[in-house]
Amino acid sequence: MYPYFNPFVIPFCAGVLLLFGMCLIKWTKWIRQFDRLQRAILFRNIFSWKFIPAIWEMILEVLIHRKVFKQRLALGYMHTSIALGWFLLIVVGAIEASVAIKGSHPLWVPIFFRYFGKELPHFNGEVFFNNMMDLLLCFVLSGLLLAMLKRLYSRIVGLTKNTKHVLFDKFVMISLWLIFPLRLLAESVTANRYHNGGFLTENLGKLINYTFPSVSNDAFWYLETTWWLFYSLALGIFFVSLPFSRYMHILTEPLLIYFRKLGLREDIISTGFTKFELSACSRCGICIDNCPLNKELQISDVQSVYLLRELRYKRLREEVANNCLMCDRCVVDCPVGLELTRIRRIHRYKKDIDTSNNYKYLDVIQPFNAIGRVAYYSGCMSHLTQGIINAMKNIFEAVGQKYWHIDAEKTICCGRPLIQQGFEQQAKELRRKNTAYIRESNAILLITSCPICYQSFKKEYKLNIPVMHHTEYIERLINNKMLTLKKQNLKIAYHDPCELGRGCGVYSAPRKVLKNVADILSSSNEKEKSFCCGFNLGNTTLSCEEQRKIRDAALQNLLKSNPDLIATACPMCKKGFMRGSGFPVKDIAEIVSESI
Amino acid sequence: MVDFGFQINQGRTLSLDFEQVHLKQLEDVVGSFRRCIRCGSCTATCSAAQFTDFNIRKIHTAFRAGIYNNIEELLKSCMLCGKCTLVCPRGVNLRALIINLRKIIKENDL
Repeated sequence: MYPYFNPFVIPFCAGVLLLFGMCLIKWTKWIRQFDRLQRAILFRNIFSWKFIPAIWEMILEVLIHRKVFKQRLALGYMHTSIALGWFLLIVVGAIEASVAIKGSHPLWVPIFFRYFGKELPHFNGEVFFNNMMDLLLCFVLSGLLLAMLKRLYSRIVGLTKNTKHVLFDKFVMISLWLIFPLRLLAESVTANRYHNGGFLTENLGKLINYTFPSVSNDAFWYLETTWWLFYSLALGIFFVSLPFSRYMHILTEPLLIYFRKLGLREDIISTGFTKFELSACSRCGICIDNCPLNKELQISDVQSVYLLRELRYKRLREEVANNCLMCDRCVVDCPVGLELTRIRRIHRYKKDIDTSNNYKYLDVIQPFNAIGRVAYYSGCMSHLTQGIINAMKNIFEAVGQKYWHIDAEKTICCGRPLIQQGFEQQAKELRRKNTAYIRESNAILLITSCPICYQSFKKEYKLNIPVMHHTEYIERLINNKMLTLKKQNLKIAYHDPCELGRGCGVYSAPRKVLKNVADILSSSNEKEKSFCCGFNLGNTTLSCEEQRKIRDAALQNLLKSNPDLIATACPMCKKGFMRGSGFPVKDIAEIVSESI
Repeated sequence: MVDFGFQINQGRTLSLDFEQVHLKQLEDVVGSFRRCIRCGSCTATCSAAQFTDFNIRKIHTAFRAGIYNNIEELLKSCMLCGKCTLVCPRGVNLRALIINLRKIIKENDL
C-alpha cells in the first residue's frame, strides 16, 4: 500500500478541494461583477510592486490582527492565537515533514504528520519540532478556550455584546472548535504509542494510558485511526462549509487587502467589490460596542455587522439599513477596515422615488461675479444658527477679506442629505447646479461653515477651487499673522463633529485656533473617538427623544472635564447641545469673532 | 381685481368619513406625525419654499384629509436638507415623513 495513505485523509482532502473550488468560483463571479472603473484599476495595477506592502499588511492584519490588539488586548490575543497559531502549525508542520521525509510526499502529510511520521527514522531536530508543534498547539488551544469563554461571557475579552450568529454559523463555529482538541487527542494517542510527541502530547498520552489502564494496551490503541478520522472529519466539515459561512473572511480578507492596495474602492452602487467586502467581515462585533445606538438606546440589531450579514444572506430589511446615524464611529473601529457607511448608503438607494429634474426652480439664481473674492457657503443649518454667519462676516471684515456669501438669502442644499438617504440622482442634480454656480462666479476659494457641506464639496464635488472649513480658514489667517486674537481666561471643551472629524480628518485646525483664544480641555473620547451629537442627518428613524438621549451622553462626556464653555464647529451639533443643557455652547467662529 | 398677492380658496367640502388607510400606513412608519399641530414652522423655514410655492404643511394636511392630487409632483421640490425637522416644536421627523409620503404615494399609485 502507498506509504503515506490512510482512508482517514479523504474527508480532509475532499474538504480542501471543495473549499478552493468554491472560493475560485465565487471570486471569479465577483470580479466579473466589478464595474468598469474598478476593472480598469484592477487590470492596470495587477502586476505592480504594490503586492509587497499588501503582503506586509496581510501579515499584520490577517495573522497578527494588529487593529484588534489596538482595540482590546484579550480579543487580539484570541484572534492572533487562532489565526497565527494555525498558520504556523501548517508552516512548521510542512518544514518538519520536508526535513523528515527525503523525497516527495503528498500534501496532506504535514497535517497528519504525527501519524505518517511515526515509523520514520530519527531526523535532525526531531525533538525541537515535536516540542515546537506542541507549543503552537498550546497557543491555538489557549485562544480557543478564550473564544469559548467569550461566547459565555463576552466581557472577558472586553466586549459588551457578542454578535448573535445565525444557526449555520454556530454549526461551523463548533466544527472549528472541534478541530484542535481532536488533533490534540489523536496526536496524544499516537505519541503515547510511538513516543514521537512533544511535552504536551506525550504527557497527555501517558495520562490517558494511566487513567484507562484496562483498555490501554489493545482496544484503545486500535482506535487510533478513528481519532485521526474524527480530526480529519472536523477539518473536512469546516472547509466545506467555510465559503458559505462567516469564516469566508479568512480567505477573502487577504484578497481585499490586495485590492485596496491596488486602489479599488466602493462605487456608488453595489458591485462585485461590495461582495468582497461583505465576505471579508468576520462578524467580530466590535462595531456594536461603541455604536451610540447600542450604548445609549440599547438598539443592538442594526449595527454594521448585522447590515453586512443580512446583505450577504440577501434578507436585508429596510429598518436595519435606515436606522443608523452614519456617524462613522464603527468605521474607525472596524479591524478589517471596511467601508461600512458607504455600503449602507449604497443599500439605501431609493430607486423608485429617486427622480430627475426636480430642482428646475434653482435656475432662477443669477450668476454672480466674484472674481478675487472668497465664496462663503454657510449651509442650510447655519441659517438656523445666525450667530455663526454673523461671526464669519465679522472675521471677513476684520481681515479685510472680500467675500461673496453664496446663500445669503436663499439657501441651496449641497446634496449630501439626499445622498445619505439614497437619492443619488437628485443629489447629482443639486451638485450640478451648485458646481455651475460656483464655477461661473470665478471665486478663488470656497469656505463652508457646515461640515456636512464641507465633506460634500470636498469629496463629492469636482470644483476647480480649494475648499475649506471655516476652522481651517481661521487657522490659516492666524498662521499668516493676519488675525491676532486676545486670549481669554476660559476653559473650553471641544466637540469633534462626526462629519468634520471622522468624515474629513480635520482634528488639528479647530484645536490650534482654540489654543489661541483659550485653554482646551482634553477628554478620553475625542478626535476619532468622539461621540455623535445624535442629530446627524444620516438617520430618519430615531425619534427626537432618542436623539436627545444620544446628545445627553455626548454632553455628559464633554462636561466631565468641567469646562466654562463647549465649543464645536458644526451648526447641527451646536443647535443640539444648546437645546440640551442651557450650558453655553459656541461655534469656533463665534469665539474667534469675540476675541478679535 | 386688485392683486393682493393671495387669493381666496374655492369653497369645498371635505369628507373625513373614509377609512384613512394611507394615513395609517404613514403613521405606522413615522409615528411622530401623530403629534403634528400643523403650526407651519416647517414651511416657514423651508429652503425649497424660498424658490417655489412648495408648502410642506399644506401637503401633509392635504394628505391627512385624503387629498392626493399633485402631491407626488410637489414633493419632488424638497432638497431633504432637514431644517424643518430641526425647527419642529413637536419633534415630528419631517425628513422621514417626506420620504415615506413619496414611497406610499408611489406604491399605491395615488
